[in-house]
Amino acid sequence: MQKATLNVSRIRQDFPILKRKIKGNKTLVYLDNAATTQKPIPVINAICNYYMNYNSNIHRAVYQLAEEATLEYEKTREKIAKFINAHSTDEIIFTRNATEAINLVSYSWARTNVEKDEKVVLTEIEHHSNIVPWQILTQEKGAKLEYVGIDDKGYLNIEEYKKYIQRDKVKLVSVSHMSNVLGTIMPVKEIIKMAHQKSIPVLIDGAQSVPHMPVDVRDIDCDFLAFSAHKMLGPTGVGVLYVKREILNEMPPFIGGGDMIREVHKYDTRYNDLPYKFEGGTPNIADVIAFGAAIDYLNKIGMDKVREHEMDVTNYAINAIHDLKGIIIYGPSDVNNRGGVVSFNIGDIHPHDLATIMNDHGIAIRSGHHCAQVLMERLDVAATSRASFYIYNTKEEVDAFINALDEARRLFRI
Amino acid sequence: MSDDIYREIILDHYRNPRNKGKLSNADVSIHDNNPLCGDEIDIHLKVEEDKIKDIKFEGRGCAISQASASMLTEMIMGKSLNTVKDLTKEDILENIGLINLGPARIKCALLSLKVLKLGMIKYYADKDPPSAMKLSDDTKLY
Ligand SMILES: Cc1ncc(COP(=O)(O)O)c(C=O)c1O
Repeated sequence: MQKATLNVSRIRQDFPILKRKIKGNKTLVYLDNAATTQKPIPVINAICNYYMNYNSNIHRAVYQLAEEATLEYEKTREKIAKFINAHSTDEIIFTRNATEAINLVSYSWARTNVEKDEKVVLTEIEHHSNIVPWQILTQEKGAKLEYVGIDDKGYLNIEEYKKYIQRDKVKLVSVSHMSNVLGTIMPVKEIIKMAHQKSIPVLIDGAQSVPHMPVDVRDIDCDFLAFSAHKMLGPTGVGVLYVKREILNEMPPFIGGGDMIREVHKYDTRYNDLPYKFEGGTPNIADVIAFGAAIDYLNKIGMDKVREHEMDVTNYAINAIHDLKGIIIYGPSDVNNRGGVVSFNIGDIHPHDLATIMNDHGIAIRSGHHCAQVLMERLDVAATSRASFYIYNTKEEVDAFINALDEARRLFRI
Repeated sequence: MSDDIYREIILDHYRNPRNKGKLSNADVSIHDNNPLCGDEIDIHLKVEEDKIKDIKFEGRGCAISQASASMLTEMIMGKSLNTVKDLTKEDILENIGLINLGPARIKCALLSLKVLKLGMIKYYADKDPPSAMKLSDDTKLY
């Protein structure tokens, strides 16, 4: 675990915000990467460059600006297809975020495929964005939602999962690849294999996995994969939905309007080819292009290295707080089974109070239910504190976090 | 800074809240929460001749929200509703000694006042308030 894997000090120079001072003179320690990550200069520049030099609408106009913009926009699609090892760019749909990507599946695919009394199977770790769309769908259809439970360490019982999948009338399995609260990495390959034996398609919520580890859609063989650019160095306002070609071919459109059509007549429309059929209206051109720069940045580092670095920092953090009096760390203790997300509570310090104290030290951590209230109920806590890491975080920053934690314990006399 | 916020008195009210619990003969009970952070407060009021005869609160959340609720109950016990209705955000912040609380945490401090104001509106929904009393239905404090 002592390998110097990433040149973190070099990387940090690409993130101007990391020089920011908080509360006067405290250097920012940003530990809320599960919510959104910071952006490196190439990503920021790509946005500027588009608006300064070739701002125009894509896919229609024939002048040079529009050609350049279209080309750059489509280049990002190619980069993403490669990044997750999709068969083709036709399988990559741009959305606003992971949430919209999941909703696209529920409004388009599920609405035409899920019928009364059929079931959608989730787990207790899901983010609200992988719960609420399915509640809307199942309520509309008179269908059912089922939740596979987790154990106290945040692990799924795969045998139990199997039982859920093997029951009758399961129409879709949707599961988060990595928990944004516990960090648990789910055995998605096994789950998908089990589901496919019953011809049930599987949606993977990759919002926390795609940014932090290699994800290969052909290897895991998922049918749908959703993730957000802003959690992986890219801008806000861009998400991705990957859908297997043969499923995509059968899906009705999601949002009707310009760009998603071939020809429109008074009473009917011929839709555009894949994937444009699912991208109605002018998309978020600048940010999609800048997302391409983010993918380049991650590729240059290598996703294996990203994962290694996060395991190293996470391990360091968990070991450092593990023995503190009154601490409860949620989720797996083995970093091989978890991502760089550490949720905890300490004594009777409420997470909001802890976040306030941390902020005095320039440290940004998250407190609350993390959009996972079903999981919070399962863990029987109202809120947790959460530190989450990325490529630019250092062990020195973890030390600063521990110091602030000591300060909080002193103030609360724990 | 946190040293000023988490003073002995705040921690004391957080850990040993005053007037905490249910009120079996309450005239009005009201609940609200801060959807963003999940702090919750219930306030139960016993009213006699337009005065607060008894008040209890229940709740869970951060030290600021719970201490603020506890200190609010002490402040208004026995007071006439006519004076209570005019309580402002500044009164509460002064009462808990945190006049410089930032925007992120001010909601925590003011939750109990918001619940109290909702409670008064509910209490007078089916009765006439005293003639001198003008009750605003604006519970927006921040
Ligand atoms: C596991 C998981 N799924 C989905 C989302 C939703 O992402 P977005 O808000 O970008 O749509 C998040 C973000 O917090 C997440 O952590």
